Amino acid sequence: MTALTPVLSAHWDEEDSFTMAGYKRHGGYKAAAKALKMEPDAVIQLVKDSGLRGRGGAGFPTGMKWGFIPQGDNKDHYLVVNADESEPGTCKDMPLLLANPHVLVEGIIIASYAIRAKYAFIYIRGEVAHVARRLQQAIEDAYAAGYLGKNVFKSGQDLELVLHVGAGAYICGEETALLDSLEGYRGQPRLRPPFPAIAGLYARPTVVNNVESISSVPAIIANGPEWFSAMGTEKSKGMTLYSLSGHVANPGQFEAPLGITLREILELAGGVREGHQLKFWTPGGSSTPIFTADQLDTPLDYEGVAAAGSMLGTKALQIFDETTCVVRAVLRWTEFYKHESCGKCTPCREGTWWLVQILRDLENGKGTAADLDKLLDLCENILGRSFCALGDGATSSISSSIKHFRDEYIAHVTNAGCPFDSHASTLFASAKAGA
Amino acid sequence: MAYSEQELSVMDSIIARYPRSRSAIMPLLHYVQSLAGFVTNEGIEEISAKLSITTAEVSAVATFYTQYKRKPMGEYHVGVCTNTLCAIMGGDEILEGLKEHLGLENDGVTADGKVSLEHLECNAACDYAPVVMANWEFYDNQTVQSAKDLVDSMRAGKPIPPTRGPNVLPTWKENSAVLAGLNDGHANEGVQAGAPSLLGLRLSKKGSKK
Repeated sequence: MTALTPVLSAHWDEEDSFTMAGYKRHGGYKAAAKALKMEPDAVIQLVKDSGLRGRGGAGFPTGMKWGFIPQGDNKDHYLVVNADESEPGTCKDMPLLLANPHVLVEGIIIASYAIRAKYAFIYIRGEVAHVARRLQQAIEDAYAAGYLGKNVFKSGQDLELVLHVGAGAYICGEETALLDSLEGYRGQPRLRPPFPAIAGLYARPTVVNNVESISSVPAIIANGPEWFSAMGTEKSKGMTLYSLSGHVANPGQFEAPLGITLREILELAGGVREGHQLKFWTPGGSSTPIFTADQLDTPLDYEGVAAAGSMLGTKALQIFDETTCVVRAVLRWTEFYKHESCGKCTPCREGTWWLVQILRDLENGKGTAADLDKLLDLCENILGRSFCALGDGATSSISSSIKHFRDEYIAHVTNAGCPFDSHASTLFASAKAGA
Repeated sequence: MAYSEQELSVMDSIIARYPRSRSAIMPLLHYVQSLAGFVTNEGIEEISAKLSITTAEVSAVATFYTQYKRKPMGEYHVGVCTNTLCAIMGGDEILEGLKEHLGLENDGVTADGKVSLEHLECNAACDYAPVVMANWEFYDNQTVQSAKDLVDSMRAGKPIPPTRGPNVLPTWKENSAVLAGLNDGHANEGVQAGAPSLLGLRLSKKGSKK
C-alpha cells in the first residue's frame, strides 16, 4: 500500500495556513533566501536533478524548460505561472492557492532568479474571486516583507510580480493562448516554433509553468533533490496532488508519490459510493481517454498511464458509476469543447460543432449505427490538425468511450433514446437511498 | 456620465502594473464592469483612449471572454456548473430547478434586478460537486433546495454567505473590482480549506499515528 505524502498540503489544516505568519511558521521563505545565495545555474541544475516534471498535464521536465532560456542575451526574461485551471475535473491548484498562496509566491521568487527574470505574472482564471483575493493579499504581503520589489532578500535582484485575472476562456490554459491573452489580445494559440523559451511574452524568452510545478520548488530547494526523487517511480519523480471526484464515498485531494494506483486511492477514500460499482473514469481530466475497472491497478505516473492508452494529464480522477450514461457524459464534454474552441483552426472549430450534432442525435434517439463510424472518422480528421491540443482533447473521450462502450451507444439507437434514468446518478438520489 | 478623476487614476494605476500598456486591457474591462455592472460603450471608449488602440480592438477582446457582459447582470449573478461531472451529480437538476423557480432562461435577469442565472463550465471544485457560483464565490455541495434557498436569500437582500469565501457575499460590481486586482480587504475571511481538500492530509495523519 502506497503511503500518502502531504508536502504541499501538509499544513492546510491550520486555520491561518494562507497567511504570511502561517506560512513562515513552517519555514516559509527560507528556501528562497537559500536559493538567492546560490548561482542561478546551480538552482536550475538542482531542479533538473530532482526530476520534477510539469504538473499541468504535459509532464515536461521543469529544470530543462528553465535551461532553455538563453542567458547573456541582454533581453528581458519573463516567468508566467499558469493558474488558469479549467480542464474539466481538475481541482488541485485552486484549493492549493486558497490554502497556501505563499508557497507559489516563494516558488516564483526562486524560479525567476534561476531564469534571470525581473518580471513575473500569475495568470489565474477569473471565476474564483476568493482565490484571487488570497493571492493578491499574499503578493502584497511579500512586497511589504521585502521578498518582492527592489533588492529582494537584499540580494541586489529586483522582481515585480503581477496577478492577472482572466475572464472565462478555457483556451487560455494553453500556454501560447495564455500569452496572447496576457498581451491584451483574444486568447488564441500561436504556431510553434518559436517556443515561448525563445519568443514568449512580448516575443521575449519566457517560461510558462503550472502552479503545482512552481509550488513544488521551495520544498525541493529546502530538502534537496534526493529527497524529492526518492518519491515516485523511475521516470516520474516526487509527490503530486490527485483529485478524486464523482461517485465516490469521499471525494477530495490526495497528495501521494507518483505511481499510486486508483485502487489504492479508492481504498483510502472509502470506495465507490455505497451500493454502486465503478463504470468509467478519467485519469487526468476530460481530455484524457477514459479508463474502466480494467485499469484500476495502472500506476498513475506519466509512463504508466501512457502505456495503458491515456495520459496522466492533471491527475483529475473523475469517477462515474453504473448509473451514468456514457453518451450523456461524452456529449456534455463535447459541448464544452465546442463552446471553448477559439475558432482559429477549422478542424477544431467545425469538427467539434459536428461532433455535438451527432452525439445529441444519438442521446435523443435520432441516431443510427452508422453515426458511430462518422464520429470516429471526424475524430481522425480533428486529431493533430490544429495549432493546439484543444481539438485533440475533444476526440479523447469519444474514441475511448466507443472503444469501451460501443454496445451502449448502439443501445441508444435500438432503444430510440437514452436508456438511463439521469436522476439515479445524482448525489441526491444516493443520499435518499442511504437515508 | 464621464468617469471621475479618482476612477481615471485607478485606471492609470492598473496600466502601470504592466511593462506594456495593452496588457492592462483585461483588468481594465473588469474595472469598468465593476463601475456600471457591465462593459458599457463608454468603458470601451475610455479603454481605447487610455491604451491608444481602436474601440474595435477593445470590443474584440471584450466579446471573446464570457465573463465580460455587454448588458446589465443581476446584483447577484448565479452560475450553475453543468459540465459533465457536476451535471451528472445534480447540476442539471439544480439549473432546471432555478430556471423554474426564478422564471428565467439561461442568461436571464429577474425583474427586480437582483438575480441573474447562467450555466457554467467546470469551476475547479469537482470534489465539492454539485457546485454553484454566485458572483464567482463558491457554494459547495448544492441541492435543488439549497440553491433555491440561496436565490431567495438574495432577493430578500440577505444572501447566504459562500461556503469558501468572504463572510458576506459581495455584489457583482464589488467582485468585478476584485477581479481587476483591487484589494477589498476580505482575503483573511472564510475557511482556509473545505473538508474534501483536507481528506488526504487527515487520512495521512491518522495513518501515521497508528
